[in-house]
Amino acid sequence: MSTGESIISLRSVAKHFGSVRAVDDVSFDIRRGEFFSLLGPSGCGKTTLLRMLAGFEVPTSGAILIDGQDVSTVPPHARPTNMVFQNYAIFPHLSVRENIAYGLRKKGLSKQELAQTVEDALALIKMTGYGDRASHQLSGGQRQRVALARALVCKPKVLLLDEPLGALDKKLREEMQLELRQIQRTVGVTFVFVTHDQEEALALSDRIAVMSRGKALQIDAANRLYEAPNCKEVAAFIGSMNFFQGSLRETSGGTALVDAGPLGQLSASAAENAPGPGSQVSIAVRPEKLRLAWDKPAAGQNAIAGRIATEAYFGDRSHYHVAVEGLAEPIAVAMQKSDRLLDDASSIGRPVWISWAPEAAVLLTE
Amino acid sequence: MSDIAEPGGAAMREPSSPPAKPLRTRILQRFPWLRGYLLMSPTIAVMLAMLIVPVVALFVRSFWTQNVFEIDTTFTLRNYAYIFELSDRITYWFGIPFPLANPVYVILLVKSIAMSLAVTVVVILLAYPMAYFMAFRVKRHKMLWLILITIPIWTSYLLRVFAWKIMLGFNGVINSGLMNLGIIDKPLEFLLYNPIAVIITLAHAWVAFAILPIYVSLEKIDRSLLEAATDLGDKPWERFWHVTLPLSAPGTIATILLVFIPTVGDYVTPALVGGSGGSMIGNSIQLLFGRQNDAPLGSAVSVVMMATITAIVCLFLWLVDYRKIRARGMN
Repeated sequence: MSTGESIISLRSVAKHFGSVRAVDDVSFDIRRGEFFSLLGPSGCGKTTLLRMLAGFEVPTSGAILIDGQDVSTVPPHARPTNMVFQNYAIFPHLSVRENIAYGLRKKGLSKQELAQTVEDALALIKMTGYGDRASHQLSGGQRQRVALARALVCKPKVLLLDEPLGALDKKLREEMQLELRQIQRTVGVTFVFVTHDQEEALALSDRIAVMSRGKALQIDAANRLYEAPNCKEVAAFIGSMNFFQGSLRETSGGTALVDAGPLGQLSASAAENAPGPGSQVSIAVRPEKLRLAWDKPAAGQNAIAGRIATEAYFGDRSHYHVAVEGLAEPIAVAMQKSDRLLDDASSIGRPVWISWAPEAAVLLTE
Repeated sequence: MSDIAEPGGAAMREPSSPPAKPLRTRILQRFPWLRGYLLMSPTIAVMLAMLIVPVVALFVRSFWTQNVFEIDTTFTLRNYAYIFELSDRITYWFGIPFPLANPVYVILLVKSIAMSLAVTVVVILLAYPMAYFMAFRVKRHKMLWLILITIPIWTSYLLRVFAWKIMLGFNGVINSGLMNLGIIDKPLEFLLYNPIAVIITLAHAWVAFAILPIYVSLEKIDRSLLEAATDLGDKPWERFWHVTLPLSAPGTIATILLVFIPTVGDYVTPALVGGSGGSMIGNSIQLLFGRQNDAPLGSAVSVVMMATITAIVCLFLWLVDYRKIRARGMN
């Protein structure tokens, strides 16, 4: 899908509202044909960034290039982008067919071509026969699809989606996620998708930009964001994560040794650009990469002794909190049913060993 | 409360059986619509006394006749026949032929409707931009703007009409201003006592009432719809034409009716600033009831006027809906 060629270039883009830096010096490229997500908590600047791509906001500084052209000050109606709005913005005084045809009227199509394009779009969103409905006769999911079709028929170079699934219930949302991905593959248009739902972003996107306080923290594929976060904020935002603080003793052969105070010496895989010895670092491990055992594990693994504080049973998996002396927060451990050792209901309060392989942990600088 | 009020009453009743409800309560529970009418009764009484009774009285009286000093109450269509009596002698008014024996009432009615339409157009042209400004441009202190707009209504209608007399009069503000500036030598006489003066004065009187309904319908428009139109390629004017105007139609139509209906029958403004050329149907109705002492004919003219306005309003409402449907079919 991704050819590597960029269709959108953001160059030091910033947007200030008074003293608030909604978007603060962001630079990255979005590739042609990719499904790109802007992910972050509310107020992180993702929607402002999307609105700048659409042309509803003009950057305070920096430049936005779409297909090589600087569009920073081009008004929305003259941009090769179209948007799916958060509340869908279906025109209430027009029928479904007229809504979809809205952006096509100026494309100089003949009456037959226009009608055919609208019918094709209705077929794409599986709503053939709904053309004459009024917007108030549609369900949330149908409105969402009409908004999608209305934007796609304009054949934009980039389709912008502002939390389009946020208003749908869980089941419908999951269906629409699949459908959205399928439509994106069919039409091959670059999608820029804003969401605060990390699962949605992970499931849909080719690449994701994790945003916080107006900055793009990390731009990577979903698995890289999950397995190799580049900072504590990304690590904490995507999924759940256990952090162990300490000072770096040495790095050798891609493995770092860290003095973690009361926990003793811990090891983690380290990138080439790891900081020098003595720096304050964190070791980050996902709950599902930790193992629980009654007996002390063999050497060569990281091991911490603790006591089981809580257990939450989910059927296919269980979540434990293990209290460890010297740690303020308990350690979260997730275990699949297949390797669940502790199926004893009275496991709470029992001493236990937590262990993990060095390559399961990531070294992050403070 | 009930604890204090009850003991005496409770001791008198059988404690075990439920207390029998009074007849009134039972009837009202059996027939809920009766309760509805009962609750509405003050409003219904006012409507009957102040709206329906006068209209019915007017309607009935239009079938009577005036015999110099007393009223003959035998049913007759003579008044209507008088208004619409055909004649070979054709009266022309602005080139329009009226082949009527007594054309004055029909001509005045047509003229009043034309003037009211002019007033309505002027009011919409003035009120819409103001409402648009308040809805889309004013970000803070909207309440203050709304209050400012109602300020003209704080003075009496009569005073405002007189104010226009002072503005437009022979020695009025405009004339003396222009003379002091040396633009004219003697006062312009065409400013006052003509239909234009009536239209200006009426438009000024109604503009404040017109802003509010348009403002409300503009304020209700979801801003993302406007963004969507822009995003789909509309320039600002196209967006206004395709989205803003159709979505503000309810308020605008309400305003058109609100201004058109009462101004057709207005008689104070034409009496004060209209002169002989600017008089309207309301003035001749007033004369018929007063100096000309022919209330039955005045009633008939009133009924004809009301029927005409009703017909125009129905036609207008049918037209706007029809247009909407046609526009949908065309797209």
